[in-house]
Amino acid sequence: MALREEILSVIEKNSRIGIDELAAAIGASEIDVANEVKAMEDAGIICGYHTMIDWSKTSIEKVMALIEVKVTPTRGMGFDSISERIYKFPQVSSLYLMSGSFDLMVIVEGKTLLEVAEFVNTKLAVLDTVQSTATHFILKKYKDHGTILTAKYEDTREKVSP
Amino acid sequence: MRNPLSDKVIDIKPSGIRKFFDIVQDMDDVISLGVGEPDFDTPWHIRDEGIYSLEKGRTFYTSNSGLKDLKQEVSNYVKRTQGVTYNQASQVFITVGGSEAIDLAMRAMVNPGDEVLIPQPSYVSYEPCAILADAVPVIINLKEENEFRLTAKELEESITDKTKILVLPFPNNPTGAIMEKSDLEAIAKIIIEHDLYVISDEIYAELTYKGKHVSIISLPGMAERTIYINGFSKAYAMTGWRLGYACGPEAIISQMIKIHQFAIMCAPTTSQYAGVEALRNGDEDVDMMRQEYDRRRKYLLHEFNKMGIDCFEPFGAFYVFPNIKKFGLSSDDFALQLLEKERLAVVPGTAFGDCGEGFIRISYAYSLEDLKKALERLRHFISELGK
Repeated sequence: MALREEILSVIEKNSRIGIDELAAAIGASEIDVANEVKAMEDAGIICGYHTMIDWSKTSIEKVMALIEVKVTPTRGMGFDSISERIYKFPQVSSLYLMSGSFDLMVIVEGKTLLEVAEFVNTKLAVLDTVQSTATHFILKKYKDHGTILTAKYEDTREKVSP
Repeated sequence: MRNPLSDKVIDIKPSGIRKFFDIVQDMDDVISLGVGEPDFDTPWHIRDEGIYSLEKGRTFYTSNSGLKDLKQEVSNYVKRTQGVTYNQASQVFITVGGSEAIDLAMRAMVNPGDEVLIPQPSYVSYEPCAILADAVPVIINLKEENEFRLTAKELEESITDKTKILVLPFPNNPTGAIMEKSDLEAIAKIIIEHDLYVISDEIYAELTYKGKHVSIISLPGMAERTIYINGFSKAYAMTGWRLGYACGPEAIISQMIKIHQFAIMCAPTTSQYAGVEALRNGDEDVDMMRQEYDRRRKYLLHEFNKMGIDCFEPFGAFYVFPNIKKFGLSSDDFALQLLEKERLAVVPGTAFGDCGEGFIRISYAYSLEDLKKALERLRHFISELGK
């Protein structure tokens, strides 16, 4: 694996790893690793370092909905222009263009069910090119970004073994 | 009442690890780097096949030698990794972990008084198994200056006219040492010259970090005189499934199966079904785990270097075997004090043979985050020792 791919494969799972530790683990110099990380940030390959939070375990209320949207693509712009009008809303946490029976998958976050419904009704469904929406609320997250949220890894091995 | 016990069994020393295990058990807040098994869960698709076999009611004995499908997959695996062909019907059989195969190989091959050469430091079971089989274990003390590889000279010097078997434990637990092709060629010559047999324990075969593992069976004239032992525990993180296998000349394998049939009947059926899936579709899992181990290995060596701990670079298994002689403590004392003062468990090198004195075994079957925490304790311990 090339240095770039090595770095990505480590930090994809653990973005908090220090440059020194990262460099040691992949057997490269700290300077090279730091430069490569910087280059990937500049190139938009590394797009951010977010924290995965299971909000359901906090006192903060969050509601998440997955909205299937059918739209009419516009001449010359395809889906890009309508997508931009949607993703600019801060309530939208993810937006994907899909193959299949609908066009856009919009993931919306809000504080309450009502707030999300309000967003769909007043902002999303009323956009000119939007033909229809189907809103699905997420009831429980079992696994997110490759991480199982419902059970914590527990080391059940004997502490010392041959 | 008469003494109910066998003198032979009584005379066997208890495992050096046992003592340590007992101390650790009574402590909480211990971070351990003392584990000899993978931290990964068995890949889900393999577990799923085990579950499926139970759902289907496959809860009966298999044939003594194991499921035909599994033996065929083992045969395919050895063929594609070492280029050696074993007939699944007569030269392959499935055991309860690699450990059973070690025991059976000794019992099937030695007569009372035969000498079995056991390079140490090495896994704890070779010597007792040799004794239980009425053989005389002869220890070869491997040296750090040779990166704990077995040299032709060391082998030659240990051979007498009673020597029958050489145990070849590479990639090695506890040192992490490997034997490369040239190392094997050097000893194969002597093995053939002296008409010895080899029990080659290759349970860590998939975990090497300097090219692919080479087995001694791939050398001319060696498959005929070698029992090749491997299993699922380390490669596929399947220790608890107790599944291994042995391949070798029919004359030896058939006698091993004879003992296995009377003592064990067959390896666990559920595990065997899971094993088929592991060998058919598990390569990617092994690659992923190997890559992860390799990162930890490099990280540890880098940190030891920073801390001023001497350690040769091991290229196999998931252990490093640092030299702690400069700290002026025996292996046992070092490990005990490390445990008492810093609540960090490692295994003293002496648990794997007297020549492990001056070394400790550190396992990297732990996440980088865990290793980091553990190393902080080790660093603190060493800095306090220096005062």
